[in-house]
Amino acid sequence: MTIAFILAGTLSVIATLFAITRLNAVHALLYLIGALLALAVTFYTLGATFASALEVMVYAGAIVVLLLFVVMILNLGGHTAPAERALLSPRIWVGPAILVVLVAVELGFLLAGGIPAGTQSSYVGPHAVSMQVFGPYLLAVEAVSFLLLAGVIGAFHLGRKHFETRAGSESPEPAAAPREKEGVS
Amino acid sequence: MSVPPVYGIVLAAVLFVIGLAGVLIRRNLVFTVISVEIMLNAGGLAFITGGSRWAAADGQAMFLFILAVAATEAAIGLALILQLHRRQGTVDGDSARKMKG
Repeated sequence: MTIAFILAGTLSVIATLFAITRLNAVHALLYLIGALLALAVTFYTLGATFASALEVMVYAGAIVVLLLFVVMILNLGGHTAPAERALLSPRIWVGPAILVVLVAVELGFLLAGGIPAGTQSSYVGPHAVSMQVFGPYLLAVEAVSFLLLAGVIGAFHLGRKHFETRAGSESPEPAAAPREKEGVS
Repeated sequence: MSVPPVYGIVLAAVLFVIGLAGVLIRRNLVFTVISVEIMLNAGGLAFITGGSRWAAADGQAMFLFILAVAATEAAIGLALILQLHRRQGTVDGDSARKMKG
């Protein structure tokens, strides 16, 4: 288990280093997915199987896809077709793919021939976690639900197309991008 | 045989420093959000390592809360980036000084 942890941790560090140094945001996100999957394997080796599953689903699934959506929205325009074609070339995705395949091989080894997580001394299953979360931490769960509500309202407010501005009292900046329909509503 | 907790803490520290360096060296706001996610992840790894050391469920409970905070932070941060891009036409973090209140 310790060797598996060191292997997955090293892969995670390598992928994270690549993720923050890429110039293109999409390449960085591909490496970030690799880093998050490797980190999920480290959670598994630590006996936290529930957190490992959540890491894959929420981080690598939801949050990275959200980031990808925003990157794609920011790149909107007619000039993106060559860029999209360039993103499909093997040179771009072969690095992240190698990292993810290594992580998958390691996880497959752990699941097939290695020690199952349920037999570790440090194993904490979903049942124990949920008993803890909905027992002593109930107040924190309520606080987190308020946080999520505030996040939803804030994101909705900030993401509106016709964001209320005081632009009528200001002169438009010369260097500003085309602000379509702003201040109309 | 379980993993020694010091390995987990060292990995969390390394990932946190990488995320901090990403915040400091990148001016693209999308990369800032990515780096903050990495740092929150490192914090979650530290909690899970602690929970694994004592075979307690509290570490994973704290990871759940960190997960919710990270999701909220990503949503709000990305909405702010979209708003900045709509106004300034760029996602450069330094361009936000031209906000005029």
